[in-house]
Amino acid sequence: MNSQTTSHAIRDRAIELIGLMTGDEKHDASATSTLDVLVVLYDRILNVSPATIGDPTRDRFLLSKGHGPMAYYAVLAATGFIDPDVLLSFGTYASILGRHPDRKLVPGVEISSGSLGHGLPIAVGLAHGLQTRGGASAGARVFCLVGDAEFDEGSNHEAVVLAGRLGLQRLHVVVIDNGSATYGWPGGIAARFELEGWSTRTVDGRDRIALEAAFTAAHPGRPHVVVATIAERAS
Amino acid sequence: MTSVVAPSDRPRAALPDSMRERFHRIAPTLLDTDPNVAIVLADIGTDAFDTAAAGHPGRVLNVGIREQLLIGAGAGLALAGYRPILHTYAPFLVERPFEQLKLDLGHNDLGAVLVSVGASYDASAAGRTHQAPEDVALLSALPGWRIDVPGHPDEAEALLRAAAVRTDRTYLRLSELANRNAVREAVDGAAAGRMTVVRRGRGATVLAVGPMLDQVTEAVADLDVTVVYATRIRPFDGATLGAIVREPEVIVVEPYLEGTSAAVVSDALRRQPHRLLSIGVPLHEPRHYGEPAEHTAAFGLDAAAIGRRIRSFLEQPDEDEARPGSSG
Repeated sequence: MNSQTTSHAIRDRAIELIGLMTGDEKHDASATSTLDVLVVLYDRILNVSPATIGDPTRDRFLLSKGHGPMAYYAVLAATGFIDPDVLLSFGTYASILGRHPDRKLVPGVEISSGSLGHGLPIAVGLAHGLQTRGGASAGARVFCLVGDAEFDEGSNHEAVVLAGRLGLQRLHVVVIDNGSATYGWPGGIAARFELEGWSTRTVDGRDRIALEAAFTAAHPGRPHVVVATIAERAS
Repeated sequence: MTSVVAPSDRPRAALPDSMRERFHRIAPTLLDTDPNVAIVLADIGTDAFDTAAAGHPGRVLNVGIREQLLIGAGAGLALAGYRPILHTYAPFLVERPFEQLKLDLGHNDLGAVLVSVGASYDASAAGRTHQAPEDVALLSALPGWRIDVPGHPDEAEALLRAAAVRTDRTYLRLSELANRNAVREAVDGAAAGRMTVVRRGRGATVLAVGPMLDQVTEAVADLDVTVVYATRIRPFDGATLGAIVREPEVIVVEPYLEGTSAAVVSDALRRQPHRLLSIGVPLHEPRHYGEPAEHTAAFGLDAAAIGRRIRSFLEQPDEDEARPGSSG
């Protein structure tokens, strides 16, 4: 079984599962802008499974951009973290699945998010803490997903600077760039990270082979950002 | 771990150190004795931790002048298994990153010890930007916070040591204003934070919070009232207060925004008829500088003014209080 076949199966399953939440089979681009990134992370990159969600050595995935979490929930269901039947309750009063995720309710969710600009500062503290802690935590990595419009929030910039100066090698950020920031990022988002000493890659956010290569690029002594660009398309 | 506690009944002309200085001396030693403790700073108080930082690589993290990151990174350290102690001036610790307190720590249910300096108008000459008398009121609006208001460096140390080994969300409010002596019960590790009767009388009940105790004690010296002392103001020890109160008159004297605890006091006394006088820093927009003592006088928070307000409240129950305020 090669990687593309495996990821394809999970992607197809996730698309099907999103339908349990939206009630239809077609999804606009915003509902799936994070889908390929999440599929690659959970299928190919993250060292975490439903059996290891409390293991200190696991990799942590922090969804900072808590908006539009359907793709996230679908991938968690497709990979066994949550029961797919639960997706039917999405957004209802007693559901564990709100329109922004809650770590206290959803197995495998590392942070509660929704308000923008909170995940990356937490990820910096977590990555620094795991590195300082060593021992059982040695080797654990932190992946944090932010959006290009979320990047407007100044708290992100506080975090980008410190992570660069600390050389947080185990910190990985993926920016979903679908050009939604009101004033844009002249020169590209990656430039903001590069200036602060990060390793950077910018790739097509729907190209799973390119995403996997970007996530696995070596970046000794530096934090790493993957800017995943999402072109608008009408499917 | 032993507690450095001076005998609480030893009279002292002047305190040997301030709460801030005690924090600077004790917090670095917690890194030596507890591998779970980490310190996060935002360019305030960093000198005190230079030696500790060298001895414990990574466990003293100065994020620069970045207070949102101060709280967010602290939450991340808690996720990594640390007991983070987050420290800066009160307005930059509580007000600027308020949403980080609500979400990164509160909603994510992560523990941290927030230690502030610059209480109310400690930074009188610095003006409004460096003052946050509303800190306790703001944190009281969030669920699950323990709020400690020590009145003496020994009490601050006892509360800090106790907080360092818990996993909850604690706000430890350090002030330059301090009582001449620590209250014995307030430096007892097991009882630290519990409400204590420091004087029994037959009349009204006066609750003095943290550094207001000396002024209150002097203010009511010739009144037959009960004086209760609290360093832990949230969760509020309403059961103890309710059991102590006999007469309907209750006076609460707090070193921060006036009326901050009025709702919890009223709730604690909901089954008994009572009248409440709240004394504290008035709601106002500061535009004066100078010395803290000048602000104390302007706000009617010196012993003489507190005594006048209490007497007026007790003797003229139907008359509205003339509220002292700033002269501006």
